[in-house]
Amino acid sequence: MAAISREEVAHLARLSRLAVTDKELDTFAGQLDVILQAVARVGEVAAADIPPTSHSVPLTNVLRDDVVIPCLSPQDVLAGAPDPQDGRFRVPRILEEEA
Amino acid sequence: MSGVPGGPSVSELIHKPAAELAALIAAGEVSSVEVTRAHLDRIAAVDQRVHAFLHVDAEGALAAAADVDARRADGAALGPLAGVPVAVKDVLTTKGVPTTCGSKILEGWRPPYDSTIVTRLRAAGLVILGKTNMDEFAMGSSTEYSAFGPTFNPWDLTRIPGGSGGGSAASLVAYEAPLAIGSDTGGSIRQPGAVTGTVGAKPTYGGTSRYGLVAFSSSLDTPGPCARTVLDAALLHAVIAGHDPADSTSIPAPVPPVVAAARQGATGDLSGVRIGVVREFGGEGAEPGVLAAVREGIEALVKLGAEPVEVSCPHFTYALPAYYLIAPSECSSNLARFDGVRYGLRVGDDGTRSLEEVMSLTREAGFGPEVKRRIMIGTYALSAGYYDAYYGQAQKVRTLITRDFTAAFEQVDVLVAPTTPFVAFPIGSRTSDPYQMYLADLFTIPSNLYGGPAVSVPCGLSEGLPVGLQIMAPTMADDRMYRVAAALETVVPAPVPPGL
Repeated sequence: MAAISREEVAHLARLSRLAVTDKELDTFAGQLDVILQAVARVGEVAAADIPPTSHSVPLTNVLRDDVVIPCLSPQDVLAGAPDPQDGRFRVPRILEEEA
Repeated sequence: MSGVPGGPSVSELIHKPAAELAALIAAGEVSSVEVTRAHLDRIAAVDQRVHAFLHVDAEGALAAAADVDARRADGAALGPLAGVPVAVKDVLTTKGVPTTCGSKILEGWRPPYDSTIVTRLRAAGLVILGKTNMDEFAMGSSTEYSAFGPTFNPWDLTRIPGGSGGGSAASLVAYEAPLAIGSDTGGSIRQPGAVTGTVGAKPTYGGTSRYGLVAFSSSLDTPGPCARTVLDAALLHAVIAGHDPADSTSIPAPVPPVVAAARQGATGDLSGVRIGVVREFGGEGAEPGVLAAVREGIEALVKLGAEPVEVSCPHFTYALPAYYLIAPSECSSNLARFDGVRYGLRVGDDGTRSLEEVMSLTREAGFGPEVKRRIMIGTYALSAGYYDAYYGQAQKVRTLITRDFTAAFEQVDVLVAPTTPFVAFPIGSRTSDPYQMYLADLFTIPSNLYGGPAVSVPCGLSEGLPVGLQIMAPTMADDRMYRVAAALETVVPAPVPPGL
């Protein structure tokens, strides 16, 4: 049985903000199915009582002294932006226009 | 074209190890500008065929070299690699110099700041030649997933140079650079090292700074050195390693004595060193020729006085599936930053589309297939209903793999295994089935999940192509792997690639 359907892959693409084509969906559905069936092998390990590891370095709450250090200028920061405007990042509208 | 009569020729210069070049520069027998120009000429002559570089910064390199020469003339104290050229994987930011990560989504982007690794290279007087090719966002094992075309292995230009850091490794065997920087998330320094017959070292996670390393999988990403000799790798390691307050996962501890260890190993004496041969990595999934070369490498270590001990690490066989859940999960989160707002590509912003539509069109156009696959796998593994069975379970397996290492290092000083199951494979032979590509990382991934250091060092040939022996050490004991690697090098010299 397939681990993942074409519809589920389409849903994942939407969640991932990827405007994939129908042809890509056909390819990805098969490939993701192979990958997910292979990685599902982690389920064979008896690990109910094992704590998870998110990170190999046992450091928490790393803070620095609260001193002012130089940072990038607005010009430097905006230099790589696709559409800077008036010292800001311009973006397409995020709300529907009111009727 | 040497400035000193009777000094080394261009061809001699590009074949010399970094340590020797640094000594010649320090002694005034050759200038950094001459060494840099020799390598730039070599790049101009062969890189059309090798495609190790995505960007060559000839102007910046010659200026940096001239600066080192001027400081030397003024009598300034210079570091042990001052004036030596280095190639940098295109995953590290370089101020004002294009940084693409092998992706269309960052094409043309010039970062406003240097990564810490690059800052340290510059401070030590190294000369940055340019940026090397890689699988897009470091996801791949062949550089075939670079949006700008693959790199070709100088051993056989129809074959892959490994990945993701295939450009860095290929630049070394093409004699375009004596040193290179890579990054290793699941083997991206070590596997290219193995299939090109070079030395590739993954330092302890947290031992080298991730500041300015474009994030793929933050709990695993580790920048590190690539070189043609073990000593050169150790010298470069010492330059780039050490605590960085700009990286909250950087380990606040002294750098292990890697250079001293490489020199000690070069005496060829390994008495008292216990090497653990990982039973689970002794056969399944690897080519017979690779296993034979690795066996010979281990026998050579034993002849040098090392004591072999067979050890079992039962959870290592689950490292690959655990990694291919953890790394995509972190990648799906990290790559959310490529949204067409602050840098890089923006597609479809015609005034009629919403922000979300523009983001989706931008990411669709800017990312290649492997990056899309991993983002979707990660999104799946982190989603409600699947989290416990996939991401959560993979993190528990990560704990068990760490315990396997801890138990093994109670018996032995280092672990040894093949670096990668197969020699350089033909370009195009593994791209149609993505999981076949993942298998290249079978033996390298455990050290990433555990966080300890590991190095690949040449141990012979199979089918006329290089094979790497992997040496894994405990966290912050990077010196141990350099000692063993340098000892092996005394009896198994790096193979010499055919001329280009």
